[in-house]
Amino acid sequence: MENILAFLNEPAVTMVLLALIPLVFILVYALVTIYFEMKVAAHIQNRLAYMETGWHGVIQPIADMLKLLQKEDIIPTDADKFLFILAPYLVFIGTYASFAVMPFSSGFIGSNIDLGIFYLVAASSLVVVGLLMAGWASNNKWSMFGALRSAAQIVSYEIPGVLAILGVVMVFGTMNMQTMTQMQDGGIQNWLIIGGNFPLGQKLALFPFMFILFIIYLLSSMAEVNRTPFDLPEAESELVQGYNTEYSGMKFAIFYLAEYANLFLVSAIVVVMFFGGWTSPFGSFMSGTVWSAFWFVLKGMSFVFLNIWLRWTLPRLRVDQLMYVSWKVLTPFALFCIIAIGFIMVI
Amino acid sequence: MTALTIYFNDIYRAISSALIGMRITIRQMVSPTVTLQYPHEKKQMPDRVRNRLYMNYDDCIGCELCAKACPVDCIEIEVMKAPPTETLGETSTGQKKRIYVTKFDIDIAKCCYCGLCVFPCPTECLKMTDVYEFSEYDRNNLIYNFGTMSAVEVETAKLKVKQYDEEQTAKKAAAAAQAAAAKAAAAAQPAPVPEIPAAPVTPAQSEQPKGPDTPPTQQ
Repeated sequence: MENILAFLNEPAVTMVLLALIPLVFILVYALVTIYFEMKVAAHIQNRLAYMETGWHGVIQPIADMLKLLQKEDIIPTDADKFLFILAPYLVFIGTYASFAVMPFSSGFIGSNIDLGIFYLVAASSLVVVGLLMAGWASNNKWSMFGALRSAAQIVSYEIPGVLAILGVVMVFGTMNMQTMTQMQDGGIQNWLIIGGNFPLGQKLALFPFMFILFIIYLLSSMAEVNRTPFDLPEAESELVQGYNTEYSGMKFAIFYLAEYANLFLVSAIVVVMFFGGWTSPFGSFMSGTVWSAFWFVLKGMSFVFLNIWLRWTLPRLRVDQLMYVSWKVLTPFALFCIIAIGFIMVI
Repeated sequence: MTALTIYFNDIYRAISSALIGMRITIRQMVSPTVTLQYPHEKKQMPDRVRNRLYMNYDDCIGCELCAKACPVDCIEIEVMKAPPTETLGETSTGQKKRIYVTKFDIDIAKCCYCGLCVFPCPTECLKMTDVYEFSEYDRNNLIYNFGTMSAVEVETAKLKVKQYDEEQTAKKAAAAAQAAAAKAAAAAQPAPVPEIPAAPVTPAQSEQPKGPDTPPTQQ
């Protein structure tokens, strides 16, 4: 027993265990979200979705996972084998690495670094490399199209997204995500979407700009996770799933997992920036290490739900419309907001 | 409109239409579903639905009208006339059965569900049911054998028919011989003229028992 405790107290072992917490969370979350998304999608279309496996089909995601585990792992003959195998892991690593700076609760953050959100933007950009790699290595023109579209889309939406983050960073004066969350502590009135924990005049002045920044970040984050209405890279009706056409079995599952993890990641960023992260909406009521984790996941999941809801509401955009939204609408608005926020913060 | 108003108008329209769409989808989400959990729940079929054919073998009189009516020849019937001595029973409509139906097969895979075979049936033994779940792994299982006669029964029936036919031919030969004898007798003996018409009638009468309805006079 003592040996085990001593082993667990080794700094290296503790670090590995702490690093595994987000992974466990992602795996459980992905299973829940697959079920959740299917149910929401079905009910929006007045259907029922899974009903056979377990009570209302609750164990269907596990059955799906077992199926994917058993499937043959096909690598096309003409594919670039090394890149083909590497790509899904790179995509997942990019997403997983981003979880390092995510403040899950007041007591748990993988790495409490001052560069927090900057690191997050940088690490999640690795996903683009992975997608492009997957599309190129598949040696399939549809995959290649999907990957190119994906790269074009993510790179162009990174700009309004990052500008929105910049506006928020200007307000908080820090990039540390734990500090950002703590600055919004004390109830719903201190959340940045309402104007943050500032004097009343400044708060009222900030409110409209924060709301616009929130919309901008929400839209660009949806584009970054390649979901409808911005799912051009996948576009199953024209591109046959895009970059992951040639993938099967566990490699496909990893792409899928990364997609869902990415979905939670961007939702969590929205929550941390605008909706007070893990802070309780009732001030000190229901706030503690465990409660804060609960609030964080709850808020994150509600934005995941918003994403799913939008996915089953809006049709896919055309490529030129997609670029129009990014360059002609979101980017100028974000720049305008940054200038306005700069003035407000100086005054 | 200037370019700027168009620009802002577009943004307004995009956001408002997205919100309208979201309102519709969230309403649909909470409204009741329309799914029928098929293998567990089934829809009530209409009264005159035409699905799998059902045939009541006990009522069949072997008239083959259904097989003739079938446009795709999916009904295959083999019949054999029963000897009048045999009693095959009656149909539920009170009609006497006189024919052995040794085979009554319906190949439901060929059936086009037109229902044309149902109407000609004089005893109403053929009808279309509302059963629509009859998939099979082997195509041959879709040939339904409605005939309940076993191979042994068919053989016995065949024997009986053969026996009866032989008896009949024997009888006919005997009757023919008798008639010939009578004719010969009539020819040999110049009978009185007024009585002649009566004499040719006799052979004709002796041939009558050949008909299946009347039981043979001799025996």
